[in-house]
Amino acid sequence: MIEMQDIWKTYADGTHALRGVSVRIDRNDFVYLVGPSGAGKSTFMKLIYREEVPTKGQISVNGFNIGKLKPRKIPYVRRNIGVIFQDFRLLPKMSVYENIAFAMEVIEAPKKLIRKRTMEVIELVGLKGKHNSLPSQLSGGEQQRVAIARAIINNPSVIVADEPTGNLDPETSWGIMNLLEEINFRGATIIMATHNREIVNSLRKRVIAIESGAIVRDEVRGEYGYEI
Amino acid sequence: MKFRTFLRHMREGVKNIARNGWMSFASVSSIFISLFILGVFVLLSLNVSNFASQVESQVQIRVFLQLNVDKATVDRLNNDIGNMADVKTVTFVSKDEGLELLRKNLGEDGDYLLEGFDKTNNPLPDSFTVEVFEPKTIADVAKQIKAINNADGAKPIMNVKYGQGTVEKLFKVTDVVRTIGLVLVIGLSVTAMFLISNTIKMTIIHRRREIGIMKLVGATNAFIRWPFFVEGALIGFGSSLLTAIVLLFGYSKLIESTQFDLGLAMIKLVPFDDVAFLLTAALVGLGTLLGVWGSTISVRKYLKV
Repeated sequence: MIEMQDIWKTYADGTHALRGVSVRIDRNDFVYLVGPSGAGKSTFMKLIYREEVPTKGQISVNGFNIGKLKPRKIPYVRRNIGVIFQDFRLLPKMSVYENIAFAMEVIEAPKKLIRKRTMEVIELVGLKGKHNSLPSQLSGGEQQRVAIARAIINNPSVIVADEPTGNLDPETSWGIMNLLEEINFRGATIIMATHNREIVNSLRKRVIAIESGAIVRDEVRGEYGYEI
Repeated sequence: MKFRTFLRHMREGVKNIARNGWMSFASVSSIFISLFILGVFVLLSLNVSNFASQVESQVQIRVFLQLNVDKATVDRLNNDIGNMADVKTVTFVSKDEGLELLRKNLGEDGDYLLEGFDKTNNPLPDSFTVEVFEPKTIADVAKQIKAINNADGAKPIMNVKYGQGTVEKLFKVTDVVRTIGLVLVIGLSVTAMFLISNTIKMTIIHRRREIGIMKLVGATNAFIRWPFFVEGALIGFGSSLLTAIVLLFGYSKLIESTQFDLGLAMIKLVPFDDVAFLLTAALVGLGTLLGVWGSTISVRKYLKV
């Protein structure tokens, strides 16, 4: 569960990214985060996985007070949050297998278990037979699947996805959405920032709209609502 | 840290060298070249210093006795000088031996200059040749020998000579030569350190994005740092060992060609066995340290994500 109370975020250059955001996202929610570029969507997500800390206000993720987290504890909180990016952020010199297994090596799992689970997840995201490929040898959609596999391998309770379909063609995007829905179905909370009107309007979920750093709309089964 | 994780870090460290092939090559080259140049200068300055020592060790004191000194006095002086702490050897040179020596040293001129002199009318005094352990004490020892003479009422010693003035100049020159060698070696060490750590930094800046990704996946700082540590240590150790091997191989060839083939026996190079261990230990130690230091310092900078 994620809870934000009157969150303000001002960057060093004076940009007010968030102005008094309060929101509660329950376990197993699927949330679309919509709004114009620069509205504060990315900051909202960065606060969840503690890439940024709020200037003011309280944020708790799975019971951890993110703003007051000791640096030593950050990795342990992140292990329970799977993060997916528009630009995939894979380790370029590691194979598909190594990229995904990395998340499990981090938690010091036994090698045999890593092997078994990694192969399972590779199959789940539909990359069977590609485990020895390097990211550069894969298409964009395939790379995003690797990133998703890495995000879900430790069964995190929260998945944060920043425009996961931003770089992909429509058909591939739907493949990724099916995968996210499947993960949501298995119990994970999903927060996904997106500009994809078609997906938001067809696959109806909770929609939170952010403009100029504030929440302007929060609907249980919302629409995209912007004309672009 | 669990043992299997430790093994994982070792494995990753080795794999990273291959994964970042060109970057590893750049690091190895930079370490090899820097340490090689450093090593050449260490050998050079060791040999110059060694040569200076050889020259210094040839300085000696000549003690000339009065013409009328008897055998007993000669033996007593021989003992007194020989008992001094700094004195290595005292050799008695009788007046006849002295004449022979002079003839030999003067060569053809001697035949003409010393014509008519023989055992019966030898004008030379008896003398001692004194060698000291530490060339720099030579002036002191000469003074002490004079003191023996002053304490003796008969004043059996006529003169004490050790090349006053010339010897002091020689020491000054050898000191300067040694200092230049040391400064060069220290300067080159610092340059090598900069060059190597900069190259390693460059290779890691290249990977700062990877470090950021690892942190987002939930890796602790130690987890990220370990493979870099292993990688840095291996590259540093391997390339400095290679440098030492190439350098010493070259040096052994140099000794062979100068001492045997070219017959330059008067230039005594520092023997291979005397430098091999020390040079290897110093280069490998420095190389490994720089490898570890360069990578650890650089990684730390990018861990704050």
